[in-house]
Amino acid sequence: MSRQSLSKAHKKITELSWEPTFATPATRFGTDYRFDKSPKKDPLKQILRSYFPMEEEKDNRVYGAMDGAIRGNMFRQVQERWMEWQKLFLSIIPFPEISAARAMPMAIDAVPNPQIHNGLAVQMIDEVRHSTIQMNLKRLYMNHYIDPAGFDISEKAFSNCYAGTIGRQFGEGFITGDAVTAANIYLTVVAETAFTNTLFVAMPSEAAANGDYLLPTVFHSVQSDESRHISNGYSILLMALADEQNRKLLERDLRYAWWNNHCVVDAAIGTFIEYGSKDRRKDRDSYAEMWRRWIYDDYYRSYLLPLEKYGLEIPHDLVEKSWSRIVDDFYVHRVAQFFATGWPVNFWRIDPMTDADFEWFEHKYPGWYDQFGKWWENYNRLRYPGRNKPIAFEDVGYEYPHRCWTCMVPCLVREDMAVDKVDGQWRTYCSEPCHWTDTVAFRATYEGRETPNMGRLTGKREWETLYHGWDLADVLTDLDYVRDDGRTLVPQPHLDLDDPKKLWTLDDIRGIEFSSPNISLNEMTDAERERHVAEYRANPNVSS
Amino acid sequence: MTTQETPASASRNRSFPKPEFTDAEAGALEFPSSGSRAYNYFSPRKMRATMYEDVTFDVQPDPERHLTQGWIYGFGDGEGGYPKEWTALKSSDWHAFRDPNEEWEQTIFRNNANVVRQIQQNLTNAKQAGAYSGWPPGWTRFVERHLGAWMHAENGLGMHVFTAAQRSGPTNMINTAIAVNAAHKLRFAQDLALYNLDLAESGLEFDGSAHRGVWREDPVWQPVREVVEHLTAIGDWAEALFAANVVFESLIGVLFRSHLVMQIAARNGDYVTPSLVGTGENDHERDLGYSSALFRMLAEDPEFGAANRDVMQGWVRRWAPMCRNAAHELQPIWSQPQEKVITFADSWTAADEGFAAVLGEFGLTEQKG
Repeated sequence: MSRQSLSKAHKKITELSWEPTFATPATRFGTDYRFDKSPKKDPLKQILRSYFPMEEEKDNRVYGAMDGAIRGNMFRQVQERWMEWQKLFLSIIPFPEISAARAMPMAIDAVPNPQIHNGLAVQMIDEVRHSTIQMNLKRLYMNHYIDPAGFDISEKAFSNCYAGTIGRQFGEGFITGDAVTAANIYLTVVAETAFTNTLFVAMPSEAAANGDYLLPTVFHSVQSDESRHISNGYSILLMALADEQNRKLLERDLRYAWWNNHCVVDAAIGTFIEYGSKDRRKDRDSYAEMWRRWIYDDYYRSYLLPLEKYGLEIPHDLVEKSWSRIVDDFYVHRVAQFFATGWPVNFWRIDPMTDADFEWFEHKYPGWYDQFGKWWENYNRLRYPGRNKPIAFEDVGYEYPHRCWTCMVPCLVREDMAVDKVDGQWRTYCSEPCHWTDTVAFRATYEGRETPNMGRLTGKREWETLYHGWDLADVLTDLDYVRDDGRTLVPQPHLDLDDPKKLWTLDDIRGIEFSSPNISLNEMTDAERERHVAEYRANPNVSS
Repeated sequence: MTTQETPASASRNRSFPKPEFTDAEAGALEFPSSGSRAYNYFSPRKMRATMYEDVTFDVQPDPERHLTQGWIYGFGDGEGGYPKEWTALKSSDWHAFRDPNEEWEQTIFRNNANVVRQIQQNLTNAKQAGAYSGWPPGWTRFVERHLGAWMHAENGLGMHVFTAAQRSGPTNMINTAIAVNAAHKLRFAQDLALYNLDLAESGLEFDGSAHRGVWREDPVWQPVREVVEHLTAIGDWAEALFAANVVFESLIGVLFRSHLVMQIAARNGDYVTPSLVGTGENDHERDLGYSSALFRMLAEDPEFGAANRDVMQGWVRRWAPMCRNAAHELQPIWSQPQEKVITFADSWTAADEGFAAVLGEFGLTEQKG
């Protein structure tokens, strides 16, 4: 379709909507934003007549590549280190995708603009595509990769895993609470416009470097839809900016959405890229370098900063703090260490780091060895069963961390941990912005204004409380992270499948008691808690 | 550095990753679970899971299935996720529902791309063949005004009934089927609009803007518009689905598309319109298929079947009279084409019998009065 006929066709389909007079569409999802003064901007000229064949063609290319990968025995050259992390990543990501589809009617409810409605409805179909194409990629991995354990329990494991729950908020944040906060600012303006760059662009390039060219095939195809979604989000943002009453809410939501995305996405994708890769060329970009390019330069400087001309206060401090956490505070490395500490309750295997890895990390992140080197040497030393417990239960100078009540990533930059009694419970937060999110942003009033539509943090947010006092072997059995012989664990702290004696079983972890730091914190006296928190913040948590 | 200068990196040796042979393919070793190559967290309907089940099942979690920490974000009232209370219907196992169309990504794009290709080819051929030149004026007015008005109904349902409802069902299987239904409706509405544009540019005496006034003001269409607007105002997602796909579509949609347009177009010298409207009818057959499977499951639920039938019967009482009235108000348009090959009474009987048959699947009747 030519551009001219496309414009004419799009103009025609805008005639389909009308102003109702008998009844108006149900408002299922509320917002505290106002759009009475909004201009009716048209984001993209999307017509289903051209959309469906275009997407079909994209699909055909993806599925052709999948056939080619199988025929070409791609799995002879994939790195297990990489593929194991895909068990976690691909358990998480289809849910945010389908949640994005489910978020579209929330935005349609909230925004009175039929032209944007059309774009949002097309996005809904895209998101169904993304969710199922990713589920199918995982299915292919399960069928053709050497170790299917973990892939085979994928959606169940996503639902009951301590790590899956961190990723889950990436999707749940899209579908609950204030419709604009959720479906526009959190989902589109921040998650899709900023963080899909690391998810769907940076990560695929690392996959290819590790012999996996299917992940790039699928995710670049997904990313090619994102530009349309970004336009949807930007249009709604501009509409919201037309009313001064929305400004404070926009600033609140940008702070929440930015910080939560940073906490969650950088934790996960940073770990997958840095600890899932065997590519240790010194000139290959580190996650920090990718972040600088894709998020700081491409998003913050090119997209967020120009919004200042509309009088919007941009969360410069949080952008800088995120950068500082990544490069100065070793945020990604602390997360990876936490995941590796928690290996017995994972549903994937984690490869120990080698000298080549150490050298690369030290080159990219000076000071890395002093903080993490000894611990990874201990991890390596303790990787087989028989003579020792899992590393989390051995004295290697590592104190198991508290969880952040808000982002659910543990309080790993220990000096930043905030502690507060909220809603009758002592809670820990990884940082002050996460404390603010729970106690200020996600509340029914904000800066003296009623915000009844804002969401709430709910659920059993500290995973460890589910198993406080349990025997570790019973935890694994309950999670169903046990292989089909009924005793060998799905998770292993190494990649050696060739010798059964190297594989941990339920017997190797029986008798170890699991506990929740948050329950312990709440059982302390005030004096004990203050001392504990002071010691926690002061503890550098370095193995000797 | 100016753009004319050579970047320093260009003169350096290229650096590239060096994949290695790892022998990490299936079957390279035997160990516990090395042969576990099926998603094992749900029970497939048949012996082996279909592709549709594999890529759709449990993607939307449920605290009743595996989700141990519950929903971690809620609305202002604390409710999170997909509350089952968002419909008056109840199920002893919502997850038992499977879409008989087995819709997932590839089926969506294959089917809809095939439809739009078929339509575009038909329209191109029609234009080349001068297919519209022989239309009698009465038929031209009919297409201009009444087929034109109908596209609004399709778009309204697609955007504000089905797109809206796909947020709310308790399982991914239900919501994905509804999302596909939304895509059908929106595509069909746009197809009709673009057909209208083609006709307006074909040299025919055809007012491409008439449809808006007809939909908004022509008395024969106002009851239909009223029903459509009321359908968009339903808060209960299952009621919206039932009222739209079971009641409205049977009594008005099928009546207009199948039992009027499809019957009379050819006799009025128009072979193009039926090929287009037929795609909408085919979509509806698929959409009624999944809707029937869902409501049948709920009507036959071992624990809640009787209560669900009562609720659905209430929906029939609420929506059937309104749709019946709107359908009858459309009666004058049966006499507008030059060739009147079918009477309203015949069309209505066929639609009404179809409606009764659909209700019968759920053990319901229409209590007329």
